Amino acid sequence: MVRGQASFLLEAAGIGKRFGGLRALNGVSLALQPDTITGLIGPNGAGKTTFFNVLTGIYRPDEGTLLFEGQPLPMGQPHEVAARGIARTFQNIRLFANMSVLENVMVGRHVRTRAGVLGALFQTGATRHEEDTILTRARELLDYVGIGTQGERIANTLSYGDQRRLEIARALATDPRLLALDEPAAGMNAAERARLGDLIRRIRTDGTAVLLIEHDVKWVMQLCDRISVLDYGECIAEGTPQAVQNDPKVIEAYLGVGAT
Amino acid sequence: MLLGAAAVLLLVLPFVTDAALGHGWVRILDFALLYVLLALGLNIVVGYAGLLDLGYVAFFAVGAYCYALLASPHFDLHWPLWALLPAGALLAASFGVLLGTPTLGLRGDYLAIVTLGFGEIIRIFLNNLNTPVNITNGPQGVSLIDPLRIGPWSLGQVHHLGGLEIPIVVNIYFLFLVGVLLAIVLSRRLEHSRIGRAWAAIREDEVAAASMGLHTRNLKLLAFAMGASFGGLSGGLFAGFQGFVSPESFTLQESVMILCMVVLGGMGNIAGVVLGAVLLSVLPEALRAAGGLQQDLLGRVWVDPSNLRLLLFGLALVLMMLLRPEGLLPARARQRELHG
Repeated sequence: MVRGQASFLLEAAGIGKRFGGLRALNGVSLALQPDTITGLIGPNGAGKTTFFNVLTGIYRPDEGTLLFEGQPLPMGQPHEVAARGIARTFQNIRLFANMSVLENVMVGRHVRTRAGVLGALFQTGATRHEEDTILTRARELLDYVGIGTQGERIANTLSYGDQRRLEIARALATDPRLLALDEPAAGMNAAERARLGDLIRRIRTDGTAVLLIEHDVKWVMQLCDRISVLDYGECIAEGTPQAVQNDPKVIEAYLGVGAT
Repeated sequence: MLLGAAAVLLLVLPFVTDAALGHGWVRILDFALLYVLLALGLNIVVGYAGLLDLGYVAFFAVGAYCYALLASPHFDLHWPLWALLPAGALLAASFGVLLGTPTLGLRGDYLAIVTLGFGEIIRIFLNNLNTPVNITNGPQGVSLIDPLRIGPWSLGQVHHLGGLEIPIVVNIYFLFLVGVLLAIVLSRRLEHSRIGRAWAAIREDEVAAASMGLHTRNLKLLAFAMGASFGGLSGGLFAGFQGFVSPESFTLQESVMILCMVVLGGMGNIAGVVLGAVLLSVLPEALRAAGGLQQDLLGRVWVDPSNLRLLLFGLALVLMMLLRPEGLLPARARQRELHG
């Protein structure tokens, strides 16, 4: 696949977002490499989720630019962002709660399929064929994330961990080049975290870069290839887990001035 | 087997009703079918896409006037049925887009208020578009509308099939029945399509739906247009059946009634919506007959049922909301929403 001239998958430059007097993002610049797992960490209120919302088009930034695969990313248009190849999950799980597990993933295929109203009304051959491929792909993805036997259940009856997995399957259904996970391990125990880590590594190996927000620093350091640290709406450090861990600015942000 | 029995029942129902209760009751059945068609259309907007529309009758009006103006002496136009009905449906669909485009940024209550206003605007336009150029003939309405006609058969006259006499109201019954069956098939196909799933997703969580790549505005517009086209189709059938349309047939009361049918029956579920529409269109008429029954049995009318109709109707709705808010035959998803 041609990825333009850029060596970075995603380049954010000077992203600013204000809510009234609060500067939630204050000129965030960061770059993601393809085929990596990048962790976005920082203290509470650092602007991590706000950055996710800007990246995925839910918020329109007040300033700054986003380049994805070398091309400007549409701002404030979530459906176009998804079409360009960025899919996300949410901090507070946002499944289509009353639809079946399988249907949730099938909705994810929407952006890569095209059957319209006329196709549906007349049940054309092309529409039925496409519907079959949607179903097949959705089943594959449920197997992929490890909840293949749960397809007929209603989404909000799944266990918490399985709901997180379903959200990932739904996001993967859009064929993303970048998967953005907002606290995917929140509320999980150590064993569940380990299995989730395995899944995320497999997603990267299969060619989708991952950007994730997480509070469990130990887990993030083990999992991620690169780490970016946000504090007070600015990116204060970026690099390998080892480099970031020893960065005085990071230690200061987490532990306060004078901790070193 | 069950399907066969239902088919036979639907086939003999108008003849039996006609023989036992007279033309008037077959006419009530005709209107029941028309309301089913309307309720199925509104169900696409409210039940599938989750958009509250309080001005749905506007699309019914657009379809009815489209038929009336293109098939009456008013402009001396006499289009054939096969062109009139699609024209009405298409025109209503474009009015759906017209209403949806500026309003779909709104949600819930706000959208409901705007659609309510839209319904009134259409009615007031129909009432006043007789000057400076007489388009709608104002409050007098359009009369002498061509009866529904399929090829050489006018449905506006009595036919004989072998020894069987088929009255006008029975002709109409079968035409409307075909319309309803078609609407049911199309609704089902829509519901279980890529588009139907997308509507359900938007209803469940609009932010998540947009993040999954759904163009929420266009999909909502599509729901409005599809629902409106059912309304436009029913409007055409109504105009051809009545032979007369005037703005007063298209009041807010009608919009509310159709919405009640959808909610009472169970929005999002086709069987529920059909049941709701049949109940709410037939029961009030049955109640009306209760007056005559009292006269026969008790010698005088003790309780005038026409005074009680709205009271009983309101009472039924209050009880429904308390005891079974998901409707009589709810869609799976609705029931879960309300009962965990």
